[in-house]
Amino acid sequence: MNAITETGTAGLLARYEALRGSLPGDPALRDAAARAFRSLGLPGASRGRRSEAWKYTSLAPVADMSFGIDHLPPGHGHGTRRDQVLIVRAGQYIPHLSSPQVPGFTRFADAPSFAMPDRLESDPLLALNTMLAEDGVVLTVPDGADLGLVYLMQTGIAGTSGHPRHVIRLGQGARLTLVEQSLGEGRYLLNPVFDIQVAEDAALTHIRVLQDGEDAVNLTGIAVNVAARGQYEQLTMVAEGRITRTDIRASIDGPQARVHLDGVQLLKGTQHSDFTSVVRHLAPHGTSRQAVRSVLADRSHGVFQGRIEVARPAQKTDGYQRSSTLLLSSDAEMDTKPELEIFADDVKCSHGATVGALDAEQLFYLRSRGIPDTEARSLLIRAFLAEALEPVTNDEVRAMLEGTVDRWWKDRAA
Amino acid sequence: MLEIRGLAASINDKPILHGIDLTVPQGEVHAIMGPNGSGKSTLAYVLSGREDYAVTAGSVSFNDRDLLDMEPEERAAAGVFLAFQAPIELPGVGNANFLRTALNALRRSRGETELDAVQFLKLARAEAKRLAMPEDMLRRNVNVGFSGGEKKRNEVLQMAILRPKLAILDETDSGLDIDALKIVADGVNALRGPDFSALVITHHQRLLDHIVPDRVHVLSAGRIVRSGGAELAKQLEKSGYAAVQAEAA
Repeated sequence: MNAITETGTAGLLARYEALRGSLPGDPALRDAAARAFRSLGLPGASRGRRSEAWKYTSLAPVADMSFGIDHLPPGHGHGTRRDQVLIVRAGQYIPHLSSPQVPGFTRFADAPSFAMPDRLESDPLLALNTMLAEDGVVLTVPDGADLGLVYLMQTGIAGTSGHPRHVIRLGQGARLTLVEQSLGEGRYLLNPVFDIQVAEDAALTHIRVLQDGEDAVNLTGIAVNVAARGQYEQLTMVAEGRITRTDIRASIDGPQARVHLDGVQLLKGTQHSDFTSVVRHLAPHGTSRQAVRSVLADRSHGVFQGRIEVARPAQKTDGYQRSSTLLLSSDAEMDTKPELEIFADDVKCSHGATVGALDAEQLFYLRSRGIPDTEARSLLIRAFLAEALEPVTNDEVRAMLEGTVDRWWKDRAA
Repeated sequence: MLEIRGLAASINDKPILHGIDLTVPQGEVHAIMGPNGSGKSTLAYVLSGREDYAVTAGSVSFNDRDLLDMEPEERAAAGVFLAFQAPIELPGVGNANFLRTALNALRRSRGETELDAVQFLKLARAEAKRLAMPEDMLRRNVNVGFSGGEKKRNEVLQMAILRPKLAILDETDSGLDIDALKIVADGVNALRGPDFSALVITHHQRLLDHIVPDRVHVLSAGRIVRSGGAELAKQLEKSGYAAVQAEAA
């Protein structure tokens, strides 16, 4: 491992200096990203500024993290029976662990393309990813094709950082269910960016299960554009990790498009999870939903910042946003910030938030039937989360999410 | 089997029960009647272990065990069942899943093997049919969107499946039309036998035409002011509680 003595923002910039020249793609764009990142810094860490978008999340714990350049060990296979699996470790695509043939797949290192350069100046994590992205997954689903289920496994490696760049393109009427799973052990930073475009009548389901290491930081950015009658349905489940932030920008570009951004935050200890989303309605008859369900134990901290923007042409928009939280401890904290910015006059937009403990009457009802306290609590929490999992129609994916909920509950009780 | 001695209880520091003495021998059905606010529901909740009620004096033993020292689930495992006056809705919890979880928890506590989904559904469907409940009530979420009568029937269904030794029916007749009342009463009567006792709490004599009690007790202002046979219920219906209260005073 190459030694980089600086930590935090300086360490990431030093990493860029070490890798500069060997990174794929346009070197001028990389330098521009580095300049932006140098000026913005990590929000809340060392020289970083706290913008409104980072009101509730501080990256101070990243300030003393180090980011060595790891020469990846070959690693062991996962022995998975799934037939379409792509494995990305610390930002590098690992061919020998991935399925040999996934239609429409190219590795990012072979086809680097960076969209969204206009946001480099305002988004420090996008700048960081653009500066350091070495690899990632490019999936192109042709018009009318259905790629079924593709698994994207991302793992972190202690003492380093990963900045994968993923590019997903769905052609007209195409279908894909992308299941992203993030795992790892130890102290690392993962900073993936997804650049997603959904064409007319296409439908992408994006399920994310984040179970990063207990000292790990996962900061994911997702930018998605949806054309007429297209659908992007996303569910992020956070069940591990020191600091996790999902920052989604979804744009409804064509009429009758639909965007669902759901979050499930299962937090314990001193974990911090931030679900920040912006849905921009630019075309009429669009539908958007942002629904976050959080179960917060111990001294954990959940954040949901949801914003709906409705531009003047986006008449008949139906926007909906809700945050529901169960606090299992009086030391846990949930911050919710809904924002509506509406310029069209014929729209339906609503938001709501609830925060509470388990219902004492429901708990007593279950116990009076002989169900022990722990089991009764677990039943009520799963009932609370069941609604969040309702839109998940694929049995295999649903079972995986339910299993994650069960494991979280067992670990917490242990 | 159930022995209540000098039981006093309060909620939010407000005394409700002022020394209840009551014995329900094994195999008997006793009715508790009384006006609103006399403490009938408080008695039901205290016996089933609801935490917001504080027992300030007295004792309750159930099959020679100290009931007041047990958690609600331990009481259920010992055979106590409360049919709620206002059954609780559980959004997101399927009725069949709820019933099976409860039954298996009880079976576990008795050292019996748990029922799998198939075995359970067979049992549940048969019981639901006997109570003239539509089968989709097993698939729906617990009490969510149920009518008042459906909720009460769902309580009796739970009782029929969990087979308690002591059932406490808290105004199970309220909100039921006469047909539903009969179905519910039949459900209770079907459980009657040497190993089943019940405390039937009711405001009206009507239910007791169908579930004929061995004894009737009148509760007034947190005390049992009168006890008698089944005929006492009929007498109350005629003369009203005021007469009994005046007599007791």
